[in-house]
Amino acid sequence: MALLDIADLSVAFPTARGQFYAVDGVDLRVEPGEVVGIVGESGSGKSVSMMAVMGLLPPTAAVTAHSLTFDGRDLRSLRPRERRRIVGKDMAMIFQEPMSSLNPCFTVGFQIAEALHTHLGGSRRELAERARDLLAEVGIPDPQSRLRAFPHELSGGMSQRVMIAMAMACRPRLLIADEPTTALDVTIQAQILELILRLRDEHGMAVVLITHDMGVVAETAERVVVMYAGQQVEDRPAPSLFAAPRHPYAAALLDALPERSLGSRRLPTIQGVVPGAGDRPSGCLFHPRCNRAVDDCRERRPNLDAVDDGHVRCFLPLEPRP
Amino acid sequence: MTATVLEAADLTRHYLLGGGWLGKDRTLKAVDGVSFSLTTGETMAIVGESGCGKSTLARLCTLIEQPTAGSLRLHDQDTVGLGGSALKAVRRDVQMIFQNPYGSLNPRQTIGTILEEPLLVNTKMAAAERRARALAMLEKVGLRPEHYQRYPHMFSGGQRQRIAIGRALMLEPKIVVADEPVSALDVSIQAQVLNLMLDLQEELGLAYLFISHDLSVVRLLARRVMVMYLGRAVEQGDATRIFERPLHPYTKALLAATPAVDPDARRRRIALSGELPSPLAPPPGCPFHRRCPIAREDCSRNVPTLRTVDGREVACHYAEDALAHS
Repeated sequence: MALLDIADLSVAFPTARGQFYAVDGVDLRVEPGEVVGIVGESGSGKSVSMMAVMGLLPPTAAVTAHSLTFDGRDLRSLRPRERRRIVGKDMAMIFQEPMSSLNPCFTVGFQIAEALHTHLGGSRRELAERARDLLAEVGIPDPQSRLRAFPHELSGGMSQRVMIAMAMACRPRLLIADEPTTALDVTIQAQILELILRLRDEHGMAVVLITHDMGVVAETAERVVVMYAGQQVEDRPAPSLFAAPRHPYAAALLDALPERSLGSRRLPTIQGVVPGAGDRPSGCLFHPRCNRAVDDCRERRPNLDAVDDGHVRCFLPLEPRP
Repeated sequence: MTATVLEAADLTRHYLLGGGWLGKDRTLKAVDGVSFSLTTGETMAIVGESGCGKSTLARLCTLIEQPTAGSLRLHDQDTVGLGGSALKAVRRDVQMIFQNPYGSLNPRQTIGTILEEPLLVNTKMAAAERRARALAMLEKVGLRPEHYQRYPHMFSGGQRQRIAIGRALMLEPKIVVADEPVSALDVSIQAQVLNLMLDLQEELGLAYLFISHDLSVVRLLARRVMVMYLGRAVEQGDATRIFERPLHPYTKALLAATPAVDPDARRRRIALSGELPSPLAPPPGCPFHRRCPIAREDCSRNVPTLRTVDGREVACHYAEDALAHS
C-alpha cells in the first residue's frame, strides 16, 4: 500500500476574477522509502500541492480531492487535533529559507526539543540528549555546544541541517523537502542532498523533493513528476525521463538547460510565460507555448494517460527513444 | 577589434572592523590581491561560494568602492583616487545588473522614468530625446512601447530583468557587471534572458564581468573564468581549459558538486567537508587546506601564489601532480 496516496487533488483560491486553480487534478502515490522529485517553474503548483497534504494552507484555500490518504488514514476527515498528531511526527517538511524558518528568539536546542516534547514527551534531560544526538546525526560539529546557539550564529548550511534535524526528530515516514538547497552554495547543496539520501537509507522514510533545479532532481530522485500550471504533465522514472522526455514541456525545459547547449551561442527557449489567474487557456494548458500543438490541443483538455513506464498528459507525446 | 577595457592589478579591498571597547581592531580581507583584464566583447566569469569576495570585487569594478591597494585601470586611465566629476565621467562606462529584479526597480517609478534616470543624472539631454532613447531601448530588450507607462509590479521576473538590463545600457557602457543576473529566474526565462545578454554583447561589443555560482551558466557564457576563495583567485584562465581539466582541488570540488542532468556529464562527487572559513580568521598557509582532500603538511605553512600551469594560472602547491594524474 502506498504511504501517500493523492487522487485528483485540486486547490482553488478565490480571486477577484473567480476561482483560481493553483493545483488542478494532481494524482500522486509515494511508496515507503521512495524518493520522488516534483519539478516545475514558479507558479506550477508544486509547493501548494504539498502544503495541502501538510494542511498548511490558509483557510481561504479550497482543497478538494478524490482521495488524500497517508498511511491508510484519510487526511480530509481528520479533525485538526488529530492532524496535528501526524504533521510534524509522521510527515515532516523542510523549507527553502532555513534562515527565516527558525525562530530567532530561541536556541536551536530549545526548538528541536519543542518538536520532541510535543509529539513524544520526556524529561528535560532526555530531550536535551535526544536533541544533541539529532544534531550529531545531521553532521553538525560539536553538537553539545551548538544546542545553546541561536539561529543568527549559524550559517545557511548549518541552519538547514538544524531544520532537517528538527524534521527528523520524530522519525517521520515521509519527508517533504521544499527547495531545501536553493538558498545554499553548490558545495553545501551537495552535502545536504547527500545527508537527506543517507537518512532515507538509514530510516527508510519516503522523500518528496520539490525543486526547480533539474540537476538536483536527476541526481537525487528515483521518480520525477513534472508540473505545469497546476497540472502534472509527466510522471516517469528519473533516468528514462531525463534521457527521453515524452511531454513537449518537459522536453523544452530540459533543452533550455545551459549544460545541454554547450558550444552553441544560443539557448533554445520556450516562448511566452506560464499562464496566471486570468489567462488560463482552453484545451491543453501548454498549447499556446507548444510547437507541436494542433487543433485538438486548443479545444480539448488531455488526460494523464499511461505510457510504458509512467504517465503523460499530451495528445501527441514525443516518441520514446529506441 | 579588441582592446583592453578594464585592467585590475593586485586589486585589494580590506575592511577595518572596530573591535569595540577594549577589543582589537581586526582586518577583513574581502578582496586580496586580484589581477585580471577584460577586453571588449568578452565575458569573464567570477565564481565561488558566498563570502568569497565576488560581490566586493563587483563593487570595486563598478567604482562604487575604492580599493585599499592595487590599481584599476579603465581604458588606460587609473581610477584609483579619482573623485568628483572625473570619477562620475568614468563611472558611466561601467554599469551593473543585479540579482533580484524584484528589489532593483523602484516600484513607484514607471518603466520610462527608470530607463531615463541615468540620462537625467548624467547628461543634459532634452526630455524628448530621453524619451526616444528609452523607447528604443525597450525595443532592444524585447519589450513593447506601451510598457513605457507601466510600473514594475505589472511585469514578470524575466521582463523585469530585461528592464534592469535596459537601464544598465542606457548610458552605452563598455562594461557590464552582472551579479547573478539569472539566478532568481526560472529555467525557461533564464534561457531567454541569457540569449538577450548574448545578443546585446554581439551587437554592442560589451564586455561582461559575470558573477555567478551556477557553473553550467558560466560554462555556456564565459570565455575566461576566475575561481575565488576567501578573497583570492585560486584558478583563473581560459574557461574551456579549466572546465575540461580543473587543476585546483577547489575548482574540482565546485565542478563535482554542480548537479548535472546527463549521467555522462556527472563527475564523481568530491566530498568537500566543512564550510567556508571566516574571512576574519583565515587559516594559515593555503586558505583552502582545511577542506582540501589532497592537503599535505606544508600546505598549512606556505601560502601558494598564482603561477602558470598548463596554460592557466593556479594557486596550488600540487597543481603539477593534478595535471599528471588527470
